[in-house]
Amino acid sequence: MSRTKLDLLVGFFVAIGFAALVFLALKVGNLSSANNGETYAIQAKFDNIGGLKVRGAVKSAGVVVGRVADIRFDAETYTAIVTIQVDARYVFPRDTIATINTSGLLGEQYIGFEVGGDADMLKSGDSIKKTQSAVVLEKLISQFMFNKAADGGEKK
Amino acid sequence: MDNLVVRALGALGRQVTTRIWRLGYASRFFIAILMASGTSFRRIHLTIREIYFTGVLSLIIILVSGLFVGMVLGLQGYDTLQRYGSTEALGVLVALSLVRELGPVVAALLFASRAGSAITAEIGLMKATEQLSAMEMMAIDPIARVVAPRFWGGVVSMPLLAALFSAMGIFGGYLVGVQLIGVDEGSFWSQMQASVDFRQDIVNGVIKSVVFGVIVSWVAVFEGFDAEPTAAGVSGATTRTVVTSSLAILAADFILTAFMFSGI
Repeated sequence: MSRTKLDLLVGFFVAIGFAALVFLALKVGNLSSANNGETYAIQAKFDNIGGLKVRGAVKSAGVVVGRVADIRFDAETYTAIVTIQVDARYVFPRDTIATINTSGLLGEQYIGFEVGGDADMLKSGDSIKKTQSAVVLEKLISQFMFNKAADGGEKK
Repeated sequence: MDNLVVRALGALGRQVTTRIWRLGYASRFFIAILMASGTSFRRIHLTIREIYFTGVLSLIIILVSGLFVGMVLGLQGYDTLQRYGSTEALGVLVALSLVRELGPVVAALLFASRAGSAITAEIGLMKATEQLSAMEMMAIDPIARVVAPRFWGGVVSMPLLAALFSAMGIFGGYLVGVQLIGVDEGSFWSQMQASVDFRQDIVNGVIKSVVFGVIVSWVAVFEGFDAEPTAAGVSGATTRTVVTSSLAILAADFILTAFMFSGI
């Protein structure tokens, strides 16, 4: 086989190999949507984070505006301290409420921002005052069952 | 009785020392390859030729296997997911299993049997026909001229083949899931993109395939170079290449996975 043809075939092979990598990065992975731009950190304390994970999404109005950077347990107040990296393009009022929601019935959990009306904005290092913990399905069901039982008892 | 125990212990000890001696020899051989690489890269065309033999000629088997593995994942994944009513997650299932595990591992296993065995047989036969000795007579370092280009050819080809395998598999999963079964195309891709992380999943998959490329190429060139210079010796060395590199790939995969994904 001539050298030029061999070079051509190897060049073709390397090119489609890299094309496959680019396909994986852009079409399959989240490189296209991930902005590695500036972020700022804010903290929020939750009584119960449920199944929230590090790198979980932080959404406002359903749009991803940040990521969960760190989850720690505060041994003094027995709460979970969640550090959130928010995209620097977005600022939120100081009275924003952070809630832990579930996408779908069995989906993964994310933090939702319910935006308030304060004129002051959250800065890097601030913490969110009002939070709402994860809804634990078992608690909800047991509450429902107890209420049912109590209702049934009254009727008799 | 006493004699039997002594002989059994001796045999066990000999097994262990032989293994360790071979491992040490293989490690010194690995360092010798790295030392000779500079000389070998001055004639880069030799390495390009080996990329052709190991990479380009493995394309067909890698692409076809990837397509079928992806299609099977699509069928099996759909079958399980539809019980929980979450068939939209099919894209996530196909993409994550391919990018994290099946792509690098299956491509490396195919690569070991397709290209690794060929490298071993070629070098072993060169040794059996005394071509390597002839090179040394002419003051040509056989490690720089024969071994290093084959090693680097394998190391370069392997990650590219694994990426092609994964891409082809995802395409196969798309064909079965979206085109054949009728999973919603939008949620197939968007859920996939939301769950597959570039650094965590794709880069780790590429790192795995590079490590597997080094392992397969190293085992292949070492077994060939170390082969007994007879017909039976070359065939035994070829078999050992496939067995050893397959086991090493699976063991290394476990170790790498434990390091990469244990934190999640």
